[in-house]
Order: sequence, then structure tokens, then C-alpha cells
Amino acid sequence: MHSKTIAELAQGLKKGDFSSEELTKNFLQRIERYDSELNSFITVSEDHALAQARAADEVIAKGNASIMTGIPLAQKDIFCTNGIKTTCGSKMLDNFIAPYDATVIHKFNQAGSVMLGKTNMDEFAMGSSNETSFYGGVKNPWDTSTVPGGSSGGSAAAVAARLAPAATGTDTGGSIRQPAALCGLTGLKPTYGRVSRYGMIAFASSLDQAGTFTQTAEDSALMLNVMSGFDEKDSTCVDKEVPDYTANLNQDLKGLKIGLPKEYFGEGLNADVAKVVEEAIEDYKKLGAEIVDISLPNTHLSVPAYYVIAPAECSSNLSRFDGVRFGYRCDDPKDLEDLYKRSRGEGFGEEVKRRIMIGAYALSAGYYDAYYLKAQKIRRLISDDFKAAFEKVDVIMGPTSPEVAFKAGEKSEDPVSMYLSDIYTIATNLAGLPGMSVPCGFSNNLPVGLQIIGNYFDESRLLNVAHQYQQNTDWHKQMPEAFQ
Amino acid sequence: MSLDKNDVEKIAHLARLAIAEDDIPGYAGSLSSILELVEQMDAIDTENIAPMAHPHEAHQRLREDVVTEENQREHFQKIAPAVENGLYLVPQVIE
Repeated sequence: MHSKTIAELAQGLKKGDFSSEELTKNFLQRIERYDSELNSFITVSEDHALAQARAADEVIAKGNASIMTGIPLAQKDIFCTNGIKTTCGSKMLDNFIAPYDATVIHKFNQAGSVMLGKTNMDEFAMGSSNETSFYGGVKNPWDTSTVPGGSSGGSAAAVAARLAPAATGTDTGGSIRQPAALCGLTGLKPTYGRVSRYGMIAFASSLDQAGTFTQTAEDSALMLNVMSGFDEKDSTCVDKEVPDYTANLNQDLKGLKIGLPKEYFGEGLNADVAKVVEEAIEDYKKLGAEIVDISLPNTHLSVPAYYVIAPAECSSNLSRFDGVRFGYRCDDPKDLEDLYKRSRGEGFGEEVKRRIMIGAYALSAGYYDAYYLKAQKIRRLISDDFKAAFEKVDVIMGPTSPEVAFKAGEKSEDPVSMYLSDIYTIATNLAGLPGMSVPCGFSNNLPVGLQIIGNYFDESRLLNVAHQYQQNTDWHKQMPEAFQ
Repeated sequence: MSLDKNDVEKIAHLARLAIAEDDIPGYAGSLSSILELVEQMDAIDTENIAPMAHPHEAHQRLREDVVTEENQREHFQKIAPAVENGLYLVPQVIE
């Protein structure tokens, strides 16, 4: 039961092959058995999950079920869940029980899905290896000496080990696509504004977007159908009709124009990864796609611009953690300033403090033009590169990550080398475009991800392009042996 | 831009972060290397480029100026570190 997709599980529930309660128990038992090796969950909400599953079974029995009814899911611990601890991977929120549900959680509750628990993550989503979590690192099920990627590393590891059929994540600079690539999953980051950010703890508000980890593109479509849509509670959520994302999955790819940016295949890309990605492109040619060489000339500036914009927004967003209204408070503060400084100094981990300080510096008097304004201008150039490319092509493809999963500890002492793990994913966030990572092979027995970038709100096409590949390959069906 | 001990202390104060004395050299080093990465932007002339703050060039939505939130003070204050009579407690500010 545990290796089935959402689409298959929904069939089984409908036909009565198993109940949601049985299904939920099965995954809870797998978490119990395996998660001590992986550390992919911060909280397992067993009682809540079983109650939701029983309620779902009643709905199914009455014939009122939607496809997602009774499907167990893991939720990244960045989404506020009413009555269940939400930590964001931080000591700052170790005692935080949100008084409301995030819109994403609310929508899955409305659909009758079951929440198995809350997954581990880099602290406040700041990291590319899941090593900055206050709750300890997460291990990659393909090789537990390597990292699962980050920041949504817990969600990726949980789905890769089939401790959950699917999970949510968030992507600010690659935090869904990079761990999906490193763990051999289908990861989707929708267009900025497609999914509500309400109740999703903010890191960099102009970049953050919620998305999914699944085994297949079809499952991503099923989840996106539930998650998307306008929300008055998020001022940047876009009021645009939500299509049925499964509707175009079966369209053929004849005449599809795939752009290959030369900047994504140059220096810094591991040769084995390049080879696997190039083979996937060959497969697309066989499916009738046409390859177009393109250039995104400002790609090399995306990491520098991101490390001004994201920290600047984070230093502002994280100022709310002051030890007064919720979260961690230091012992015996001698005055108000001491309360602020020590609550924050003790509550935040090293990487979070580093980014807050970079942001505070970039925004401080005399430096705004040189850093923040400059970065926003570069952001325009990067976005214009994509606009020009999408005049000529339907989708853009390349590697998701320059290398496969790296060893734990390998980059944790050198922030800049860690930041460069996201070199191919960050530009998409700066432009606000949707992107996916799809499993396309292995290097050294570790999964390689193919990145597919689409035009604004063109998720249907992205999912179609990924689905057609998955109809003709079985990379997405592979799972790590130790967790069979 | 290379940051020294004084710079780190100043930034930490601006960000209201208590940083242990022993950790300052480490932060000075890593923050300097991040700024070095960031300064690759300087190689590009952006004189006539309009800054981009948001992917969709959206404007702030407006709504009627009416109360929509219910009062949930007790519910929200249940998770506060210290409250008394519906007020959040902090160390004394005025003598």
C-alpha cells in the first residue's frame, strides 16, 4: 500500500480495497518503524490523523468524497496548524501552538485529507541541506550519509522513504525543487501568488511559494487542484481562475519547444549529472519536442541578488520574534532591550542570525542603494531574460541541482558554497515563475533531477510535460532499497 | 566589503541580536564572504533599469474600512510568555 500514488490510493479508497483508517495506520506504522533513521518528522500527529481518517471514511461511505478525501499527507512544519505545534525548525517556536490554520492546511482539511504530521526543515526555511534545523539534520533515504537537500528536506525524505504518499513544501530559492532532485521525487513550485501564503511562516515574502512533493506529476496536479486559488488573507495571492490541472496531462508533446539555456550547462555542473540530464532531453526529442538553444545571460547574478533580497526581507519578517507575544523568551531579562536581544540571540540558530544580519546591513542607512536597490534592478534583468526566452520556447529545461546529494557536514561550515547549491533554481523565484524537478536518472546511485521551468501560470503545461515523460520512463518509480 | 568586529557588533545591535563575544570573528568572516559574493552585482551597469519589487507588478488591494476580525484576545494570549489582565508583560520601561 505504501508505494502507491495518490491517484492509485484514491481508487483503492473508492473501491473499498482499504479504508482511510487502515491506510493512515499503515503510514503511521512506517513512520514509527523508519523515522528514527531519517528524522524527517518533527511532530507526528497520530490521534489527529486517525480522527481525520475516520471522518474521511464516513464521507467516502456516503459517496461524497473528492479525490483527496482520506489521503494521508505530511505537511512541512512551516504551515500553521491550529492546536498542533508549528516550529519552523526553530528553538524560537519550539513551544508555539498556532491559534489558526494556514490556508493550505484549511484547504486540505476541507478536502478531507489526513495530516500524518509536520516535517523537519531548515530553520525558518534557510538552508539547502536541512542541517540548520533545531531538531537535527534529516537523512537522505537513498544514502543516509548524505543530506536530503533543503529547506523542505523532511518532506522530501518522508515521501522518498514512502512514510507518506505526498507532502507539502515551500520554495523561496529552490527549497522544493532541490530536495526533490536529491531525493528522487517530483517537486512542484507554482507561480508566485498561485497558492496562498496565509499562515505559512514568512521568510522572504516576495519569493516564498508553497508547493508539493509527490511520486508523479499526476499527483502534483491533484494536490495543486486543492491548494491553489485566491485568498483574501494573502495580499499577494493572485485572483485568477484555477483550471483542473489534470485536464491536459495526456496531451502529446509534438512540436513542444524546449529551451536549453547554455548558462545551465556550463562550469560548476557535475559531468555525470550533465550526462543524465542530456539523456532526458534526448527522450523528450523522441516524444516529438523541438530543442532550442537559448541564453539567460544574467543567471550568474541570481545568487548574488538573492542573497540581498531574501536576507533583507527575512530581517524585516523575523523582527516579529521579540519574546513578547509568542515563542521563546530568555530567562530574567534585565530590561526591554535585553529581552529582545537575548530572546532572539538564544532563540535563533547561526544561519538565521547570519541572514538577519546581512539583511539588516543591506537595509541600513547609507547602504540601501548599493545593495537592496541594486539587487532589485538585477532582479528585473533576470526576469527580462526569462521574458525574452519565453517568446521563443514553451518550457525551459536544465539540471535542478549542479550535483547529487552531498555528504552531511560537507558544506555546513561554508555558507557561500551551500548557497551555490541553488544556482539553477534561484532565478525562477526572483522572476516568480513556476518550476518543477522530475527524477531523470542516477549518478553514483543517487537521484538526479531534471528541472522544467514554465511561463507564468502555465502549471498545466509543466505538469503535462512532466507527465508525458513519466509515461515513458520509470525513474520516478524507483525507491530506496532500505525502505521498500 | 570586509567587516570587522565593530561592524558586526553594530549590525547585531541594529538587528537586536545578542551575539557571544567568541562568535563575533566567525560572523565577521562569513558575513564578509557573503558580501563579497553579493558584490559581483557591481560589475553590471544598472543605471536605467527600473527596480523590481514583486513578480507581478501588483498593487496593494484595498478593502472597505470595516472591522472583519473577531476579538480573540484570550485565545491569542494563551501562547504568550507572560500576560496579566489581558496585557503582555515586559520588563519595566519607565521609572
